[in-house]
Amino acid sequence: MPDQIDDIRQIDSRTFVIDQEDIDTDQIIPARFLTTTSRDGLGKLAFHDWRYDGEGKPLDTVSLNSLDTAECRVLVAGRNFGCGSSREHAPWALHDFGFRAVISSEFADIFRSNSARNGLLPIVAPEAAHNWLLANPGVSIKVDLASQHVDLGNGPSFDFAIEPFAKHCLMEGTDPLGFLMSHADAIDAYEADHA
Amino acid sequence: MSPETERADQAPRSLFDKVWEAHQVRAETDETPGLLYIDLHLVHEVTSPQAFSVLDERGLAVRRPDRTLATIDHSTPTLDFAPGDTPPYATAAAQSQVERLQDNTKKHGITLHGWGSGHRGVVHVIGPELGATQPGMTIVCGDSHTATHGAFGALAFGIGTTEVGHVLASQCLLQRKPKSMRVTVDGEVAKGISAKDIILAVIAEIGVDGGTGCVIEYAGSAIEALDMEGRMTVCNMSIEAGARAGMIAPDATTFDWLEGREHCPSGADWDQAVARWSALRSDPGARFDHEVMIDAANIRPMVTWGTAPDTGIAVNTPIPQPRSASHRKALSYMGLEAGMPVAGAKVDQVFIGSCTNSRITDLREAATIMSGRRVAEGVRALIVPGSVAVRAQAEAEGLDRIFLEAGAEWRQPGCSMCIAMNGDRGEPGQLVVSTSNRNFEGRQGPGVRTVLASPATAAAAAIAGHVIDPAELMEPAHA
Repeated sequence: MPDQIDDIRQIDSRTFVIDQEDIDTDQIIPARFLTTTSRDGLGKLAFHDWRYDGEGKPLDTVSLNSLDTAECRVLVAGRNFGCGSSREHAPWALHDFGFRAVISSEFADIFRSNSARNGLLPIVAPEAAHNWLLANPGVSIKVDLASQHVDLGNGPSFDFAIEPFAKHCLMEGTDPLGFLMSHADAIDAYEADHA
Repeated sequence: MSPETERADQAPRSLFDKVWEAHQVRAETDETPGLLYIDLHLVHEVTSPQAFSVLDERGLAVRRPDRTLATIDHSTPTLDFAPGDTPPYATAAAQSQVERLQDNTKKHGITLHGWGSGHRGVVHVIGPELGATQPGMTIVCGDSHTATHGAFGALAFGIGTTEVGHVLASQCLLQRKPKSMRVTVDGEVAKGISAKDIILAVIAEIGVDGGTGCVIEYAGSAIEALDMEGRMTVCNMSIEAGARAGMIAPDATTFDWLEGREHCPSGADWDQAVARWSALRSDPGARFDHEVMIDAANIRPMVTWGTAPDTGIAVNTPIPQPRSASHRKALSYMGLEAGMPVAGAKVDQVFIGSCTNSRITDLREAATIMSGRRVAEGVRALIVPGSVAVRAQAEAEGLDRIFLEAGAEWRQPGCSMCIAMNGDRGEPGQLVVSTSNRNFEGRQGPGVRTVLASPATAAAAAIAGHVIDPAELMEPAHA
């Protein structure tokens, strides 16, 4: 169960912008760190190869290294964010880093479903709003999950879509595995029919 | 009654529709996704430990250990070691991860093809090899290249670790039905063009996100003409176009390949299975959300110039002028220039392997080029078979001698340099011609530049020391 699930129902935050398309999961967390058997503490590895030099020293020139994640919890990125592998380590790392939502014009399928299960809200913005967000890094925005609305202040505010059950789980803290297990009778019946 | 006659009065259905509908435990509603039953769950060491931990925390059992099959491939070394010795893991974490899977599978009664098994190997190589992968099945794995198994007419897709836990506990997934796309590759490919060239051309056409939200069905005469290994190569890279799954209707090629494999039915059961599987094709008039047509005759040996898999072009064709900041960044990372072909770029390493291209036909394709020739000075060539069984077959055919005499390294099976988790990797700034599936920045090691290509093109690059059209080396070398 993700911690602090409450804090993604309403997010008041500045944005952090990475104006790049097709950011793949190998950028979000490089594969060589996937030998972990835990899901915790991966924030220090988020965007690792952008943030550290060959010796593992943080690069002063990279703004992600000096970001105040207490006030900057929304990542804005270019189209097709999270493409590549199915690694759930990607949303684990972004969540642990401090992000609670990612806004893009399109997400890769597996990243999108992994994120919603881990307290990281994937928000698809219409093109005009997306372009405005990319062009105005650091603006303060308000995300409201219940009304599925992002208030951009002076910018083109917008409504976003979210799969209803994912929303329900995020709003109520419902556990999808519990929901699945509540259908044990139907699964038994299916298996009996297909034995 | 066959599924086709049963449904004769209804709307035509696609192969995907048929497999999807046959696995619905509970239909989706506006409020909730449906429950999709999973016939086969493949498990490996990287994406499973946190899922088993959730089961343990909640005191849940694995519902169907008999429908769960595990192997070790991503974190495992490909170096030789003596029986009884500890494998030469790259890190203590890699060793601990493999041991965790050994413990978890033992505890839950799951078959593990681990060290010592004659069927250890890359998860997407051994499933088909064992005949565990069968037409009409639903197959999942915590790995985005699970689409590989769609080559057999299965609906196979990658899932996250939370979903791995869901399948372990319930044998089901919460799913909404994806959209569909049909990619038809008609015509005859030129001599020397392989499945890898076809799929790189397809991805270049539809784009790295062109298949997002879709299940792709590959059809057309050029797809039907492929052997099973080639069909697996095509389906494997569906995710590189954003699609979670790729499928090909099963036919005589499929059934001939599967017959007699360990997990397949035999005798009268086999005949019944083939009759049932033969109905697994899209009905005439089946509707797809998207249709893409590709002319096979135009496909040339393909290589990628950028840092996304949709940057494939013919090896001798000039790299296009950058259309975006991302393209300019990619060219700069790769050290390549627009207006010049990729052919001629100096090569540091060649990797032949991965769930895309590590099967016996891939190794034969590479060996044909390398036979009687030497890997260029200063180039390191790594040949990594997909499984213990592929390795044994290659050795029985003498392919290992061809590779070793050429100066290449002949390794133990594993994912190896495709994902560079096990110590096999390139050095910063090196150019690697690779038969794998991803050319993302740093995929094969920090700062490494990856050019994706077919086994023939990769082998030719190893011999020439630079990227080259493999046609130039197709004629046998003189001893």
